[in-house]
Amino acid sequence: MKSRIPVILLACGSFNPITNMHMRLFELARDHLHHTGRYQVIEGIMSPVNDKYGKKGLVSARHRIAMAKLALETSDWIRVDPWESEQETWTETVKVLRHHYNESLRSLQCKKEFMKTQHPTETSAGDSLSCQHPVLPELKLLCGADFLQTFKTPNLWKEEDIKEIVEKFGLVCISRAGSDPSQYIKESELLSQFQHNIFLVREWIQNEISATQIRSALCRGLSVKYLLPDPVISYIAQHNIYTEQSERSSQGQLLQPLGLHSTRVTPLSD
Amino acid sequence: DPDRKTEVVLLACGSFNPITNMHLRLFELAKDYFHETGKYKVIKGIISPVGDAYKKKGLISANHRVTMAKLATKNSDWVEVDDWESSQSEWLETLKVLRYHHQKLLPPDATNSLEDAVPLTKLGQKRKREPNRHKPIKKRNQSPDIKSVPQVKLLCGSDMLESFGIPNLWKLEDITEIVEKHGLVCISRAGNNVQKFIYESDLLWRHKNNIHLVEEWITNDISSTKIRRALRRGQSIRYLVPDGVRAYIEKNNLYGPESEDRNAGVVLAPLQKYASDSKN
Repeated sequence: MKSRIPVILLACGSFNPITNMHMRLFELARDHLHHTGRYQVIEGIMSPVNDKYGKKGLVSARHRIAMAKLALETSDWIRVDPWESEQETWTETVKVLRHHYNESLRSLQCKKEFMKTQHPTETSAGDSLSCQHPVLPELKLLCGADFLQTFKTPNLWKEEDIKEIVEKFGLVCISRAGSDPSQYIKESELLSQFQHNIFLVREWIQNEISATQIRSALCRGLSVKYLLPDPVISYIAQHNIYTEQSERSSQGQLLQPLGLHSTRVTPLSD
Repeated sequence: DPDRKTEVVLLACGSFNPITNMHLRLFELAKDYFHETGKYKVIKGIISPVGDAYKKKGLISANHRVTMAKLATKNSDWVEVDDWESSQSEWLETLKVLRYHHQKLLPPDATNSLEDAVPLTKLGQKRKREPNRHKPIKKRNQSPDIKSVPQVKLLCGSDMLESFGIPNLWKLEDITEIVEKHGLVCISRAGNNVQKFIYESDLLWRHKNNIHLVEEWITNDISSTKIRRALRRGQSIRYLVPDGVRAYIEKNNLYGPESEDRNAGVVLAPLQKYASDSKN
């Protein structure tokens, strides 16, 4: 019986704040990949974007990481990783993917070495670990369908980065009932070429909890209970994170990637 | 005292098969809505799961549904679960449940006793524990003042409101009393047909001031039907229902193809009742 390919799912985003919908993306992606019979999802990583991204209303990474940790406390396979937010500057998504992929190889190597010390008499040919993990893990970028469409936004992405993402890593793209990203893939030569590595998952149970709406509700003193985990709501209240003032931060500022790539300005809506 | 707000209790009747985050959101949305009017104060939310005698397809035992609802509201300081309706041996009209909860809120020296208002149809059935006994709301003054008795309003989604139009599902006089004496809070998605439905009904139009429409901007379509479907297919329901509910379902293996077949081909209790009523 062919063994399943281990997969790590990586979600990049603002998580400003994390919501139940963000966590659903992981669950949906995992179910989908398992259902193909070819994959085994071994880990989920949430990577909140660096403060220097320059998005309007983005609160400090310290808080966004803390909230994600609280939200993921009860998950036994998804974790939040602060690496991206700890870098000096904003980091391209492809670099974040590369980093986490290398980390996964590194930890696999460490495991192999550890197993060898436990069973020093086994030869490398009969190494029990290599029998269990004949295949290297794959790291896939988890995103929503609207993310795919941002590839079209002028100057937001480098062409070679998109190619590396879909060729070397892969995308798991969750779309809501009513939107069909397969059309968009057909229209793009690059994406069509690697469509075997783009997994489209349909979300039938609509649960569109946009973080923007959450922040707006919080500013107005409206309830967000059952849209975010309770501990996150308490944290937000305790630290008074989302206010009219926080919403104005970075207003009028250019998104970092747009600033880097060109002088052309294209407004990006949330 | 024009500044004194009318106290409101929100009552949600339904299958809760199982309860989901969407059900819980209804309460939050309604509460925010009433508070923003400046005229009302929501003091309590009640979840009243329907009895097994309702005979809806796929309806599992009330014991489980009540337990899950209690797990779901564990962390709420104002929404609670009431099992009076579910412990009746026969199906009860929603109006009777409304009346029951309204009576419960009246001061203890009210002329009507609970038993007079709503005759219980339990047939010598022994219950293991006492039904929920809510503390009666203390009156502010001695004389019975209409405003000092909290109003019990039926909380629902647009599907329930529109179900008023299904033949033999509701009695016209029940709908009348619900909107006239109690009131409705209807949460619906932006771009819904509820306003049109109200417009097209003379009865509802007449009492539209007592029908509060709340628009839900965050699309939240977590229906129990979809949850049960996901469970049958071995898919994750995490983050769609409270974690305690998910764990309970898993532990007790509650939903599968067999449970979905329960009551298949059986006529829904209200339809059965009104069909036989019209025959007599």
